[in-house]
Amino acid sequence: MSQALKNEQDLKWVGTRPLRPDGVDKVTGRAKFGADMYVPGMLVGKVLRSPHPHAVIKSIDTSKAEALPGVRAVVARDDFQDMPSEFVPAGEMLVNYKDIVRNVMARDKALYDGHAVAAVAATSAAIARKALKLIEVDYEVLPHVIDVVEAMAPDAPVLDETLFTAGVDPAPDKPSNVAKVVELGLGDVDKGFKAADVVIEREFDTNPVHQGYIEPHACVASFSEDGQAELWCTTQGHYVVRSHCAKLLGMEVSKLRVTSSEIGGGFGGKTVVYLEPVALALSKKANSPVKMVMNRDEVFRASGPTSGANMMIKVGAKKDGTITAAEATLKYQAGAFQGSPVQPGAMCAFAPYDLENVKVTGYDVVVNRPKVAAYRAPGAPISEYAVECVLDEVAEEIGMDPIDFRLKNAAKEGTHAAYGPKFGPIGLVETLKQAKKSKHYKAKLGPNQGRGMASGFWFNIGGETCATLNINEDGTVTLLTGTPDIGGSRASVCMMAAEELGIDYDKIRPIIADTSSLGYTFLTGGSRTTFSSGMAAVQAAQGAIEELCARAAKIWEIDVDAVEWEDGHAKPAGKNAGDFEPLSLADIARQAGKTGGPIAGHADINAQGAAPSFGTHVVDVEVDKETGRVTIVRYTVLQDAGKAVHPAYVEGQFQGGAVQGIGWALNEEYVYGEDGTLENPGFLDYRIPVASDVPMIDTVIVEVPNPRHPYGVRGIGETPIIPPMAAIANAIQDAIGIRFHELPMSPPKVLKAIEAANGGGE
Amino acid sequence: MAKHHVTTTINGDPYEFLCEAEETLLDVLRDGLQLTGSKEGCASGDCGACSVMLDGRLVCACLVLGAEVEGREVETIESMADGEQLHPLQQKFLEHAALQCGICTPGFLVAAKALLEKNPDPTETEVRYWLAGNLCRCTGYDKIIRAVMDAAVDMRGS
Repeated sequence: MSQALKNEQDLKWVGTRPLRPDGVDKVTGRAKFGADMYVPGMLVGKVLRSPHPHAVIKSIDTSKAEALPGVRAVVARDDFQDMPSEFVPAGEMLVNYKDIVRNVMARDKALYDGHAVAAVAATSAAIARKALKLIEVDYEVLPHVIDVVEAMAPDAPVLDETLFTAGVDPAPDKPSNVAKVVELGLGDVDKGFKAADVVIEREFDTNPVHQGYIEPHACVASFSEDGQAELWCTTQGHYVVRSHCAKLLGMEVSKLRVTSSEIGGGFGGKTVVYLEPVALALSKKANSPVKMVMNRDEVFRASGPTSGANMMIKVGAKKDGTITAAEATLKYQAGAFQGSPVQPGAMCAFAPYDLENVKVTGYDVVVNRPKVAAYRAPGAPISEYAVECVLDEVAEEIGMDPIDFRLKNAAKEGTHAAYGPKFGPIGLVETLKQAKKSKHYKAKLGPNQGRGMASGFWFNIGGETCATLNINEDGTVTLLTGTPDIGGSRASVCMMAAEELGIDYDKIRPIIADTSSLGYTFLTGGSRTTFSSGMAAVQAAQGAIEELCARAAKIWEIDVDAVEWEDGHAKPAGKNAGDFEPLSLADIARQAGKTGGPIAGHADINAQGAAPSFGTHVVDVEVDKETGRVTIVRYTVLQDAGKAVHPAYVEGQFQGGAVQGIGWALNEEYVYGEDGTLENPGFLDYRIPVASDVPMIDTVIVEVPNPRHPYGVRGIGETPIIPPMAAIANAIQDAIGIRFHELPMSPPKVLKAIEAANGGGE
Repeated sequence: MAKHHVTTTINGDPYEFLCEAEETLLDVLRDGLQLTGSKEGCASGDCGACSVMLDGRLVCACLVLGAEVEGREVETIESMADGEQLHPLQQKFLEHAALQCGICTPGFLVAAKALLEKNPDPTETEVRYWLAGNLCRCTGYDKIIRAVMDAAVDMRGS
């Protein structure tokens, strides 16, 4: 839909900072998250996980566990129907149910340390734990591979004998760990590099990092004897959970009602199913409700993370700063099943720049690690990190300020992106200009301090979205949407509805509807919630307004065309103007029973017109040369929000994304032992940033409105995690003159590099 | 093995419960008494989502055994508001948008209250180090720190 944007001065709610409607429940402990549901007769479900990274499962004997008093059900691979290997739509995603069913419960092979092998439901947690120990699994341990480059070697252990590389011609005649090769580009890079005065080519390595949500996966499933089931779970998309579970359990979709709990963080990691189909299968077998909650060890070993990668980046530029060619080779770990985010990584790699010659090749590679899940702008932080580091080096080489260098090449409205489209109005240049003139960029640095910057791009999406707006008999409003609220989106969606209706924000009560109460709505992800559910809520409000006007016309006995809606009231217009006192929404609502029945608005849309968000980060670091510890001294995020509906939550996304990026840059990584098992599956050893690690994060909200959204909204949640890794690497270089090409830049690595540079070390 | 019989005070009310020797205070609060405001993020004392007060001392409920609270006083997030009146910290968390998903919020509030009772006028650094045992993955801590500092100003004023 396209319509004229509202004038800034006419806005009463959009752009303000009201308290969130779910706030009180969240500060009093009343809000119910995934693990907070208790139902009568509930059993406890637990999962047995493979201790091996790669092993044939020769047999599973559950008889002793089943015989244990208090055990009510045991499930393993034979309790789940195998699925054909094909990519089928689930909402706007493509999924392969053969892989999903195998990830939920291992079949012929265990493919990573932590892979689910069996599950039990028992009357207590203690009995369930005891039962897991009684399950006998006969493994034939196989050689494993966890490194992406090693996994691509011809002699690597092959995870899946039926996996043949897609996207290459001729098609391979042997299976391998390379699931797919993707290529995209523009122009002729060879010609471009020949025209360059400076060419820099560097190799980069990154490690998998986990989304690190504080709330572990949790659900309660209740299967009834008539084949219907209810599922309560923490998820970013309960309709997607419904699709997957119905498919895996062979159910009709209408028989499964999924309710999303409050969600304790997701960042992409709660867009897939792990426990949910297992809990349903156990509940069906036990004829009782089953609750399952992962512990932190399971979260790290068996859910998330995002890919680790190996990358080659080559950029050529003229002395005046014009980039003449850019090339990238990206090798992304997918985990145990195909589907790394290498495709979006490839598409985003050079997207912030207006380039003539681009070539990107991406490899999707399976390894004996947990299957990766989406993590905030999936794929983009990895490739853009490497590119932004090389750009910094090119700028240094030609003696240009890194912001000026980016401004020289920045994508603008009309730029043809290497991944396909032509950009509409975008805000990259504005973020760069504001960064350049910021106080931060001009501030004096202390000893051992350095400054770095980097930019980032993410697409953002729209998609299938429903909203129902019920006008209650007292003039209040209940607004139903289907996108779980992960960070305050209920507030922003309500604000847009209030703006449209012309009533007070606190007269609208938002509800995240369950899957049986509202039509299919794609998940909270792709920075789509405020954009898409906001658009649907606005359209639902417009539908309600149309009906409110019709009722006023009926009350006044005038033509409906002679009624207009203004400031929360129906008013007679045209030749009837001034003939009747305006009727408020509440006045009309009170008479609804006499004028035609309940009043509501609905929208069932495929939200179109999502627009990308660009950001630029500036960071100052201080490097302790004795310990290698890098401290973030100052940090500024500048990003285009289109329109910040609730600026406090926009700032919150900028700050949170930046700090996740700081963790990715400096500390976080999956550490595997020689035996292929994860050595740091806990928050003590997988260290996410704590309050004392970071400073305040300054924010600048740039607003270049998205013309295809009624309030100009762009998604903003994902872009902020993209620039930090490169910005920090560039700042470290500025501080100590050493360029790092590997994440994380943790104290031991930094210290080693400092010692090597000093000719010391070991 | 027989369960332990425990008599204790939680949020000012007398409670009796039975628990297994290995059950933590967090297990008892959540699974036994359904006081689910205290959250389990790690069960290893690393995330602080289960922060509660035990005899006036800030602890992780996942690191205390249920049987250990015999005769002692436990305070959880459920007793932080006074009826309908939110505690200034709760109010400031809302005003500053210091929560996004909200799972860590009860733990932060309990921990921050413990800080302000000890030190009514903390510096930003003191707040950051005191709260370093509470993990938040959403906010980057900025708005949480501001909310605590602002609540401290309010509480000193009143």
